[in-house]
Amino acid sequence: MPEPTAGPLSRLNLNWLGLLPFALFALLFLILPTMKIVVGAFQTPDGSFTLENIYGLNTDSILSAYVVSIQLSLITAALGCLVGFAMAAAVIFGKLPTKVRGGLMTFSGVASNFAGVPLAFAFLATLGPVGLVTIWLRTEFGINLRAMGFNLLSFWGLVVVYLFFQIPLMILMIAPALDGLKREWREAAEILGATTAQYWRMVALPILFPALLGTFALLFANSFGAIATAFALTGPQLNIVPIKLYAQIRGDVLGNPHLGYALAFGMIVITALANGLYIWLRVRSERWLK
Amino acid sequence: MTRFFAWGTLLFGCTFFALPLIGMTEFSMRMLREGYSFEAYRVVLMDERFQQTFSYSVLMALATIIFGIILVVPTAYWVRLRLPAARPWIEFITLLPLVIPAIVIVFGYIRLYNTSSWLPLTGSSTGTNLLLMFGYVTLSLPYMYRAVDTGLRTIDVATLTEAALSLGAGWMTILTRVILPNVLIAVLSGAFLTFAIVIGEFTMAALLDRPAFGPFMQLLGANRAYEPAALAVIAFGITWACMALIQLATRFSKHTQAQR
Repeated sequence: MPEPTAGPLSRLNLNWLGLLPFALFALLFLILPTMKIVVGAFQTPDGSFTLENIYGLNTDSILSAYVVSIQLSLITAALGCLVGFAMAAAVIFGKLPTKVRGGLMTFSGVASNFAGVPLAFAFLATLGPVGLVTIWLRTEFGINLRAMGFNLLSFWGLVVVYLFFQIPLMILMIAPALDGLKREWREAAEILGATTAQYWRMVALPILFPALLGTFALLFANSFGAIATAFALTGPQLNIVPIKLYAQIRGDVLGNPHLGYALAFGMIVITALANGLYIWLRVRSERWLK
Repeated sequence: MTRFFAWGTLLFGCTFFALPLIGMTEFSMRMLREGYSFEAYRVVLMDERFQQTFSYSVLMALATIIFGIILVVPTAYWVRLRLPAARPWIEFITLLPLVIPAIVIVFGYIRLYNTSSWLPLTGSSTGTNLLLMFGYVTLSLPYMYRAVDTGLRTIDVATLTEAALSLGAGWMTILTRVILPNVLIAVLSGAFLTFAIVIGEFTMAALLDRPAFGPFMQLLGANRAYEPAALAVIAFGITWACMALIQLATRFSKHTQAQR
């Protein structure tokens, strides 16, 4: 766009000035706080640099928190991907009425935002000790969930609860990729004599693979950073990284404030890796699915 | 055959989604022994702390939305008009809150702005409120920026600006009377999502010790039986309402696009 009044130099200055408020805000409330954590992870309390905090993570309780968190995120991401993919494929390829699809997408938008404290309450009222389903199974069928080893306040209970927002997120993220599969590819495969299974195994899934893996990474990061649901469900005892960090911020439970920085730094590294993988794979998948 | 499997998968999934919703609704109405009632809702809604924390969170959400609009709309507009080269960078920054967990961001706030720091925001309740609002603006950046940017894509920013400039409008007038009304519907969908997020947010408010709705829900959940289920129903209703309003807003924006 031609700009007749301003000279090249003043235009340059003026243009960048327009971003100043945003840059300042991002610096103060996003970049600097994060940098503080990252730098703090490599500092001693008096300010000199050290790797001591990172080594300090190598204790049984912290390592097991990371292991449990990573397991929880891997399992909920995998199951979320599986069920979400099946449901999205069902409404897109299953010859169901279009209204069903619209309904599922709208509901997914709601459910993926219905995380946090209320979600924990909803599951407590359903699968908790006196929940609707628990009582119903016991009185109608004589099935005692607790005796069978299911406890909502345990690792697998948390998996079930997390799936409530993981599956909808998967549906929302994978539906556009499924829409991108061209009808011609399927027709071409059929003309060449491929069965449905062969079409999926040799055509559709390889094309979808980057999108699937990318969404898996996104779901992983989504559950890795989540705390409110788990906190409302199990309180501060459960040994996952966000809850451990919460307890540390509340009152130095690790006995060394800079160990908290290292704990948070570890979280950033893991979610950043997962999101980096997601972005890289999304770029790759868009090559085919435009 | 395919259709049979499709319905089967869908029904299986929908049962999983329906049960907790049915469970919480049923449970929330069981407070009185003699039968179903809205007693839990009455108790919750009459609770003074509910009223205080809920109105606190509503005010916070509104402040977050207003500040977010003031911050994001001019930035997105300016990037589209004059600095298209900066777009990937701004987009990257606005997506960072999805990468860095909220608990890490607020941890940084507490260390950076504590009472002995250069900007002691956590020293006073006004300062902490302000800090919490900035935190919420940060959390809502990914949604707000993308919504506004999508809205700007549907209008011809350069021509509108030139027309307004040649008619003698200043930048303030252009932003408030030309650009904002044109992207208002897109801004609204970002605003409703921000509202839904802020109302139930737990981590930031709890760690900054603010009397918000999220921590109150958690506290009630730890101490009571039926009221939390009623709160969950109310929270779900709010999420539904926000999503319905977003749908409504996007439907309106499609109409304006079709007319052009």
